[in-house]
Amino acid sequence: MNSLSLIRNFPLFPDQASTVADKVDGLFFFITAVSVFFSVLVVAFIFYFFIKYRRRSPDEVPRPIEGSNKLEITWTVIPFGIAMLMFVGGAYVYFTMARPPRDTMDIYVVGKQWMWKIQHPEGNREINELHVPVNTSIRLTMTTEDVLHSFYIPDFRIKQDVVPGRYTTMWFKATKPGKYHIFCAEYCGTNHSGMIGTVYVMEPSEYEAWLSGGAAEGSLASQGQKVFQDLACNTCHRSDAQGRGPVLDGIFGKSVQLQNGQTLVADESYLRESILNPNAKTVAGFQPIMPTFQGQVSEEQLLQLIAYIKSLGAQGGQQQQGSINTPAQSNARPTSVPTTASQANRGGAPNSNTTSTGAGANQTGTPARQGNRQQ
Amino acid sequence: MAEAVHTTTGHPASAHAALQHHFENMEQQREAGTLGMWIFLVTEIMFFGGMFMAYILYRAYNADAFAAASNALNVKMGFANTIVLICSSLTMALAVYYSQVGKRMMIVVMLILTMILGTAFLVVKAFEYYDKYEKNEIPGRLFPSRPFKWGESGHGSPAQEPGRDATTERNPQAVQTGQEQKPDPNFASRVEMFFFIYFAMTGLHALHMVIGLGMLIVLTIMAWKGRFSPEYHSPVELGGLYWHFVDIVWIFLFPLLYLLGAHGVGGGH
Amino acid sequence: MIDAARIDDGVAVVPPKDNYINRAYSIKSWLLTKDHKRIAILYLITITFFFFLGGAFAVMIRLELLTPHSDLVQPETYNKFFTMHGVVMVFLFLIPSVPATLGNFLVPIMIGAKDLAFPKINLLSWYILVVGAAFILYAVVAGGVDTGWTFYTPYSSTYSNSYVMAAAIGVFITGFSSILTGLNFIVTIHTMRAPGMTWYRLPLFIWSHYATSLIMVLGTPVIAVTILLVGLERVFRVGIFDPAIGGDPILFQHLFWFYSHPAVYIMLLPGMGVISELIAAFSRKNIFGYKFVAFASLGIAIYGFLVWGHHMFTSGQSIYGSLIFSFLSYFVAIPSAIKVFNWTATLYRGSISYDTPMLYALGFIGFFLIGGTTGLFLAAIGLDIHVHDTYFVVAHFHYVMVGGTVMAYLGGLHYWWPKLTGRMYPEGWARLSALIIFVGFNLTFFPQFILGYMGMPRRYAAYPDDPIWQMLNVFSTAGASILGAGYLLPMIYLPWSMRYGKYAPANPWGATGLEWQTSSPPPTENFEETPIVTWEPYEYRPREEKVVVNKILPTD
Repeated sequence: MNSLSLIRNFPLFPDQASTVADKVDGLFFFITAVSVFFSVLVVAFIFYFFIKYRRRSPDEVPRPIEGSNKLEITWTVIPFGIAMLMFVGGAYVYFTMARPPRDTMDIYVVGKQWMWKIQHPEGNREINELHVPVNTSIRLTMTTEDVLHSFYIPDFRIKQDVVPGRYTTMWFKATKPGKYHIFCAEYCGTNHSGMIGTVYVMEPSEYEAWLSGGAAEGSLASQGQKVFQDLACNTCHRSDAQGRGPVLDGIFGKSVQLQNGQTLVADESYLRESILNPNAKTVAGFQPIMPTFQGQVSEEQLLQLIAYIKSLGAQGGQQQQGSINTPAQSNARPTSVPTTASQANRGGAPNSNTTSTGAGANQTGTPARQGNRQQ
Repeated sequence: MAEAVHTTTGHPASAHAALQHHFENMEQQREAGTLGMWIFLVTEIMFFGGMFMAYILYRAYNADAFAAASNALNVKMGFANTIVLICSSLTMALAVYYSQVGKRMMIVVMLILTMILGTAFLVVKAFEYYDKYEKNEIPGRLFPSRPFKWGESGHGSPAQEPGRDATTERNPQAVQTGQEQKPDPNFASRVEMFFFIYFAMTGLHALHMVIGLGMLIVLTIMAWKGRFSPEYHSPVELGGLYWHFVDIVWIFLFPLLYLLGAHGVGGGH
Repeated sequence: MIDAARIDDGVAVVPPKDNYINRAYSIKSWLLTKDHKRIAILYLITITFFFFLGGAFAVMIRLELLTPHSDLVQPETYNKFFTMHGVVMVFLFLIPSVPATLGNFLVPIMIGAKDLAFPKINLLSWYILVVGAAFILYAVVAGGVDTGWTFYTPYSSTYSNSYVMAAAIGVFITGFSSILTGLNFIVTIHTMRAPGMTWYRLPLFIWSHYATSLIMVLGTPVIAVTILLVGLERVFRVGIFDPAIGGDPILFQHLFWFYSHPAVYIMLLPGMGVISELIAAFSRKNIFGYKFVAFASLGIAIYGFLVWGHHMFTSGQSIYGSLIFSFLSYFVAIPSAIKVFNWTATLYRGSISYDTPMLYALGFIGFFLIGGTTGLFLAAIGLDIHVHDTYFVVAHFHYVMVGGTVMAYLGGLHYWWPKLTGRMYPEGWARLSALIIFVGFNLTFFPQFILGYMGMPRRYAAYPDDPIWQMLNVFSTAGASILGAGYLLPMIYLPWSMRYGKYAPANPWGATGLEWQTSSPPPTENFEETPIVTWEPYEYRPREEKVVVNKILPTD
């Protein structure tokens, strides 16, 4: 870290403003060092040979040299070994990026040609701006209304494509208060280069103050509740197990038995799919009678509904940030959210997690998983 | 074409008339032709492979819709076509055989038989396509007057604007009417996807059949003129390879498209 | 200065009486030719045109980026510029570049054949390229395309209002040109080799073209069908890739990169073949580790098919998918490294001359070292997340495609220019242009690595108002103008040399290889009589050891 502190103020280098930035830069310097070493070595040899063995008379013909298997094996095995080090390094950093820590504050992002619409759980909304508290793990759940976009914060070294029809997620933990660029990194049409914004990383107290300045409409979950009632979802999804649809209380993050015998975890992607394409994965014991709500709810309302359903799960603990056992990348297409290996590997049965939501989203002191990995 | 005049003189007078200037002998020419055709068929496999990939993926996503849509295809016609094509492969193989032994009339007869069978296949296919047209099962907006429809309840109003507003426009009345039988307009669009793949794949296959028929006509004329002999018959052989390939593609298409629903994956209707 | 006069010890060189150029002069004799050498010249003219067309778009891109704001052109226009730059350069210049010109000309001669196996198909493939190019040109003239050369869905299939269909049809059609060229090469190399020309006696140029052809034949049909599906989706509004109708946009990316990553090697491998020839010829040495270099080409071609997912690390594909693709990507690095090491080792105890082609080869190795090692950055997933879709990637692939392929192409063009035209190019001007290109290129693209790591996304018409970002962009634009001048020079002196250059002897470089044993330019039939090969590849031997008396060395 100390060795990198010099570079931090170097004008040709981006700010390091998140917990993964150090790791990415470390990897960058490692690969740079290896690359420069080998390139300089090769170039030095070439120049040496060029001068030493320059042609001295026009009809000079040197003695042929056959190849050498020893040399060939050497310069196959050594680069391969080094390349594998790079692979492992890259994979390690990637796993840190791809797997959010247990307790994250969830913020929802909807991309649209050409703006970023952001919703906070407390109900605050912003466009092309993202206010977050420092030293807090933030998880972004993202989708888009139209074409592909990509949410990119260079100073945090993170980027994730935003794909229509599904959720992708990414997380970060900002380490320095300040202003940072948001870019759309996936070409999205005419005003692609205008789809930029700013992350404001604030001290927790400032953040609280900022939060209370907005949010006239109530929290995201309460907005979701309103949508839930407007669409009359509660006629079937009743909380007393008498409805025609499954009880939604506490369903989020639990594993669900499907009609076809499969089991899957009810994460954001599954809830989204069940609203838009209800009969694709009907819960065991229920009829596939639910109509689709495709075209009736916007992407933002969907996120509100999901926030509401999540909050139903956490009634007991007075918390709505139950974003635990969801896959790091909701990479599955809406119609296929199988229990993937990644979910299976995420440690602990899904059911056990509903109890651990006690740690508040805004708790800045939560030991994040990536914190005790390196150094 | 001064080259041609010059180049044929490169071979001794005893060389076969069909030997092209840049080959050393007939053996080399035949080898090159055969290898070329095989490599061409490999590219064809990769070409169809992309479509099969799309098919596999969307079938995995939409097993129920694909099964239901598959049941709507006419298995009898498909089966008849399979038999027709297998027979045409036999006649083609016989044409190759007769070209090897040098029976001019039999080559012509077998090629013509192959063409008849190939044409029969296309005619049956045309009836099938027309049937889909009648039933409004042509996907997309190819026929604006006949938008894609699926099932009896007739969702997907004809006025529906295609394009970027598809999501919001695809507004079902299902919620208001409380329909319970088939309330999923997604289902129709997923069925439409099957038909899109069905038409893309069988259409591409039919295109290959048409090209094959054109090739057969040329071969027949050449055979009629007595161009082929036991020493020189590689055009018939290469044509045979191509024709068999097109048949084999159908052998894959038939079960994947027509028989998929027969085992009742997801029920259908 | 090495030139024809020196090699031939003052013997006046006269052009061969009967060669492929002076055989006939009518336009028809060119447009209906089945001679692979004439077809190569047709390709040469065609792709030179498209190189400068694509270059013109690059100039507009660089001018726009002089300032942070989009003030020179509207963002919409800018988007069309970079799209058409990409489409023209990739599909109409880079993919046909070395194989269709130098490859077409040299593959039959190098293996001792009279022509490619299917001369008519060879001509057909040029016409297909022209027809495809006409569609792309129509798209350019009618109003442009703005999807990026990658045609990502659903933007390309549903949203874009530009001439996507024309461009897509153009790309679809040019694909068949590439397939047919690859097919022709494979069959030719398998069946048309001269007596004694065993596989291990083939020049490495042939090995790399063989590997390239495999990719052309196996990969191109997939892009063809993918583009076809995009077109059908666009016309009929049926969702294959549009999620609004149940399609999967990521499937498009998989299919697209399944071709387009190997396509990178279609562009690069022939260039590597050229470099092997140049290094051997100008150090008068056999290539160190011939078999390793040969199989490295095949290795790259095969591994190239297994790594497409590394373009999609941020796309939302599964974590484990990304891991596997990252792992396999490092496998591709190894054969590339083997080649560089072997080229370097070839120089050891050689007799190295500084002729222009060798300068280009040197430039190639330098650029390829940077382009290749930055590939290591991009294959490391954790790092790629940061630099994906930034100028870092732009710089990386320009180092490989322009620094690599174009350098090899120009080097090869100079090396074989005497063979193609029967004339020598002016050595002084040629060295000057090589130097200008080397400097201009580095100045253009090296700052982009820094920009990319700082986070500047690609395809941005405007960028944040930051003096450092602007400074780097100004450097890049300044470099591009130098680079442009470097490319214009050969455009002037090469055509000039066709009329005023010295007549070239059969073997001006004292190089091995069958192509140097026939006259410059070669006769239509390539050789007076079919050669019989009795020597190993790159058999440069000191005089006293010369076992076989052949024409590979100038006799005195």
